[in-house]
Amino acid sequence: MSYIKVKELSKTYSDIQALKGLSMEIPAGTLFGILGPNGAGKSTLIKILATLIEPDSGEISINNINLIKNSRQIRELIGYVAQDVALDKILTGRELLDFQSDLYHINKNKKTERIETLINQLEMNDWIDRKCGTYSGGMKRRIDLAAGLLHLPKVLILDEPTVGLDIESRNIIWQLLKDLRNDGMTVLLSSHYLDEIDKLADRLIIIDHGRVIAQGTPAQLKNKLGGDRITLKVREFSNHAESEKICEILSSIDGISQIIINKAQGYSINFVADKEKDVLPKLKVELAFSKFEIFSLAQSQPSLDDVYLQATGKTLLDAEISMAGKRDLKKESKQSMR
Amino acid sequence: MELKKYNLFFLYQETFALTKRLFIQLKRRPSTLLAGILQPIIWLFLFGALFSKAPEGFLPGVDSYGNFLGAGLIVFTAFSGALNSGLPLMFDREFGFLNRLLVAPLTSRLSIVLSAFFYITILSFLQSIVIMIVSYVLGYGWPNLYGLGIVFTTLILLVLFVTSISLCLAFILPGHIELIALIFVVNLPLLFASTALAPISFMPNWLGWLASLNPLTFAIEPIRTAYTQTMDLELVALHAPYGDLTCKSCISILFYLTVISLIIIRPLLNRKLN
Repeated sequence: MSYIKVKELSKTYSDIQALKGLSMEIPAGTLFGILGPNGAGKSTLIKILATLIEPDSGEISINNINLIKNSRQIRELIGYVAQDVALDKILTGRELLDFQSDLYHINKNKKTERIETLINQLEMNDWIDRKCGTYSGGMKRRIDLAAGLLHLPKVLILDEPTVGLDIESRNIIWQLLKDLRNDGMTVLLSSHYLDEIDKLADRLIIIDHGRVIAQGTPAQLKNKLGGDRITLKVREFSNHAESEKICEILSSIDGISQIIINKAQGYSINFVADKEKDVLPKLKVELAFSKFEIFSLAQSQPSLDDVYLQATGKTLLDAEISMAGKRDLKKESKQSMR
Repeated sequence: MELKKYNLFFLYQETFALTKRLFIQLKRRPSTLLAGILQPIIWLFLFGALFSKAPEGFLPGVDSYGNFLGAGLIVFTAFSGALNSGLPLMFDREFGFLNRLLVAPLTSRLSIVLSAFFYITILSFLQSIVIMIVSYVLGYGWPNLYGLGIVFTTLILLVLFVTSISLCLAFILPGHIELIALIFVVNLPLLFASTALAPISFMPNWLGWLASLNPLTFAIEPIRTAYTQTMDLELVALHAPYGDLTCKSCISILFYLTVISLIIIRPLLNRKLN
């Protein structure tokens, strides 16, 4: 039974279409990952789910409550941890949690107890009474997470919660997210870190250019690729014609499938090799017959990056790099201001 | 009924929390409060001294220039404070803290606006009282109880009027630089184009018209009259080019301006906050 349902969601910011008919369903008590490169539409989706912005079209419900029509009711169900931690520098961490408790109408007795529990859970005892302006990135993220959890939400929504964090803070957050999921909370986590989603998520969607390009459990998505992922190069920097020729050779070998030319990686060739069929010796023979030498050959278990690569023809890192110069972060920041 | 009772309590709880946050900020960074008090006091000393040797009867209805100036500076202090009231909201918008408020299940997002009104009203009162005490110590008088009522009623109306405009600007303008620039441009010209520093009879015709249409003047004149000790709402407070206005008329105009500004900003606040 789906606890969160998103159907045909679209959102455009002046000239950029951030979401293009995105749909997904999230069962209750799931740690759900939203994976995609920067600019894929993750933050827009998260902000819509957090009731901060309205979609242009589409339907969303949480626990069968229409999010657009009953946003106040939805806000009682959700906790939100934003990508950019916004704290009041002048307040201490404890004052901020106290302030946040009042905004969620938590009564006085429960408030103190709840704040203490979270301080212990997130190991904030040593610095909670210092002003927020003195906190490191990890401390800020932890206090922000505590603020999102004060009212014991049914759904916790986190937008890239471990970006730029030290290992200690990241591990504390990861452990807390697992504990929350084990306690029955539905956790939505957006990230562009593959290992984070791979290790934490029960289910995930991969987004690219505002669309879902793959969804399932991490194991399902990786198993769909079949065998091992092979990356082949016949020289350090190849060219299109040469790589096309190699693709022809590879496609004639039984047991090789899903061949992709990765332009960003010097026209390297990626493909899946069937585990049952011993394809590598055949490959070497065929390449030698066509006068090609192997410059490099890497074999790995399929990862979520391979799933992304399979769907888009580029790795997540390459997608990040290609988006880096195109985004106007200042403009996006202005657009997201109320 | 029970639900409504809870809603009222929740509205109180969230408004109190938001106001408390602003006062914690003020306590830890009191420079704005101190500057808001020091500046008019320095003006009171300097301008008072500047015209201390002015001939008797130089100003109508008052003994000294300091006596005349007091009302103007009280209003100017409240006006400056209220004009700056949009800044904390602008910073919350820019740094994303406003999103923290908007994600919370607030009973009414009006609490965000209400907290700004409460904060700036209390702050303006504190600053005005200090200036009134300093004026008294300098021998520029003290209004009677009835007069005090007029002073504070007028200040509340002015603060509501200006705060609503400032909050509106905090949502319309793209950033704090633009808001500060606008405050910088508007602040002193509005003071000089009012009766804070000189009566209308001293001004050229065009400036007299400007001053007699300036909302600050409608606040200054009732307060100035309140200092005369013969406070009567029907007393003529302002000799404007378009006719004489009583204290009651000045306060009424201020009241209507406040109501109109609140009506005008309501759709914008609804759009931005809902």
